[in-house]
Amino acid sequence: MTDRAMVDGVSPPRFSVPLELRAVAITLALGALGYTLFPDDLAFLTRLISITLLVLSLDLVTGYCGVATLGHAAIYGVSAYVVGNACLAGHSDPLLLLLVGAVAGAVMGLVSGVLVTRFKGLPQLVLSIAVGQLIAALANKLSSLTGGSDGLSGISPGRIFGVYAFDMYGRTGYVFSVAVLMVVFVVLLRIVHSPFGLLCQAIKDDSLRARMIGARVYPRLVLMYGVSGVVGGIGGALNAINTGVVGLDSIGFERSAEALVMLVLGGAGSLWGALIGSIVFQVFEHYVSAANPFHWMTMVGALLIAVVLFAPKGLVSLGGLLAGRTASVLRRRP
Amino acid sequence: MSQPLLELRNVSMSFGGMRVNDDISFSIGKGERVALIGPNGAGKTTLVNVISGDLNPSQGAVHLAGVDVTALPISDRVDAGLIRTFQITRLFKSLTVAQNVALAVMQRKGLTRSMFSSPMDRPDVRREWERALGTLGIAHLADRQVSHLAYGQQRLLDLAIGLALEPKVLLLDEPAAGVPSEESSKIIEAIDRLPSDIAVLMIEHDMDLVFKFARRVLVLANGKLIFQGDPAEVTHHQEVRRAYLGSYADARHAS
Repeated sequence: MTDRAMVDGVSPPRFSVPLELRAVAITLALGALGYTLFPDDLAFLTRLISITLLVLSLDLVTGYCGVATLGHAAIYGVSAYVVGNACLAGHSDPLLLLLVGAVAGAVMGLVSGVLVTRFKGLPQLVLSIAVGQLIAALANKLSSLTGGSDGLSGISPGRIFGVYAFDMYGRTGYVFSVAVLMVVFVVLLRIVHSPFGLLCQAIKDDSLRARMIGARVYPRLVLMYGVSGVVGGIGGALNAINTGVVGLDSIGFERSAEALVMLVLGGAGSLWGALIGSIVFQVFEHYVSAANPFHWMTMVGALLIAVVLFAPKGLVSLGGLLAGRTASVLRRRP
Repeated sequence: MSQPLLELRNVSMSFGGMRVNDDISFSIGKGERVALIGPNGAGKTTLVNVISGDLNPSQGAVHLAGVDVTALPISDRVDAGLIRTFQITRLFKSLTVAQNVALAVMQRKGLTRSMFSSPMDRPDVRREWERALGTLGIAHLADRQVSHLAYGQQRLLDLAIGLALEPKVLLLDEPAAGVPSEESSKIIEAIDRLPSDIAVLMIEHDMDLVFKFARRVLVLANGKLIFQGDPAEVTHHQEVRRAYLGSYADARHAS
């Protein structure tokens, strides 16, 4: 349907394939493409997917609700630590661990949401940083739970469905991650196009107007933070499951800031934007940092400036433009 | 007379030392059409903000169908049927026209909690937003994104959202301001066609519209209610003429 695509910030290509089916096809295709391009570096891809979930999670609150946050990695990191501890305590079923991560993320999301969405603008941003820093500091101090600066290691998840063991090449982990990403993405598409999702976007556009149609703004935002927490939590869980270690880097300010950069690069307020931004940034980083370990951040900076200048709504808006052009070219043909 | 739908009791609103609304009392009954007029800076929009719950009055109380709503949040007043529009349109710019109105419909029906279904296309919801858009003649814009609408069309949409909320008391803050004449006639028609049992309070500068619409006029000047009564009398009232109408009243007399 047209308005569905409009909401996603992309000008609507008029296919009749349901959005969800398209999302399944695209994530599977991307998964296959990744496997073909980086067959020897699946660890990189699983990491990429785990971070992509964090960026999607951030998109829900920043892109869809207009909440400014630089502390979102707290959700991701807390979940990773909780999952790590759960696994070390003997609960090693990967699906159970995912669930644990989702719940930990939801709790962390709700707590952040209760604090952060009370405010607006700069106070909100500062508060989100404060929450993030507080959690990061705790992670550093509570070394009995987190391993402190050494990190938490020795996490070895069991077999998926009791059958598929995680192998040293990361194949199982990769397939598992792609499947999780696909499911999460489809569910999220559903949510952002639901009345609840529309209302969140309405609140972002004009929260007073939203109140004037009878909306309870604060509880809606907290709830969306909870949903975002589930997604970020699943991302953190994947990180712990796939790498077997959780370090302070997964919870810190830099992780939060990087996720925001990826989101802006791809296009906030669109799930596709979050997906594209996350992939492009990390693949770019992967290549460029290998080619030039000293100046790669400079190049990432240059890429960002170019995107902000020429496509301020992110790479996804270029995609929409391209689709529109192609469609009009196709239409002109007899 | 039966219980008034909207009643203000000694409402005052101060910002710092500035008294913007000063001891205002009036009531509006079922089916009444009342205009609120007054010069710029008289405190009209502040008063609407107080009634709708955007501002809490420094003193006094707002009653809705006999219930004191002074301490209630905006959303509860909306649930009770107190609906307003805005002088400067406030819309959900990233959504489509249809979604703007459908959201209001779904909010009223308690459907916005739904996270997985898409009741926008449910027949009862669809019928309602289509009707609201149709009433204002903007049904053909349903799939247009709001940020692409002309200003006059945005005003029509603002009113359509108000209608979709099924008001019992409707506060219209200059509904026709800045709207080209062919579209303002649509606004006037829509206001004419409002269900006869709802109460409407309209702020308006256009005196022709006021005289056409209102059975009763309230005049606000320097924060005080200086007149309430028949539109025919308002132009004869000395204080009102001095405070506000000025040359307009004189011109009407001369003609």
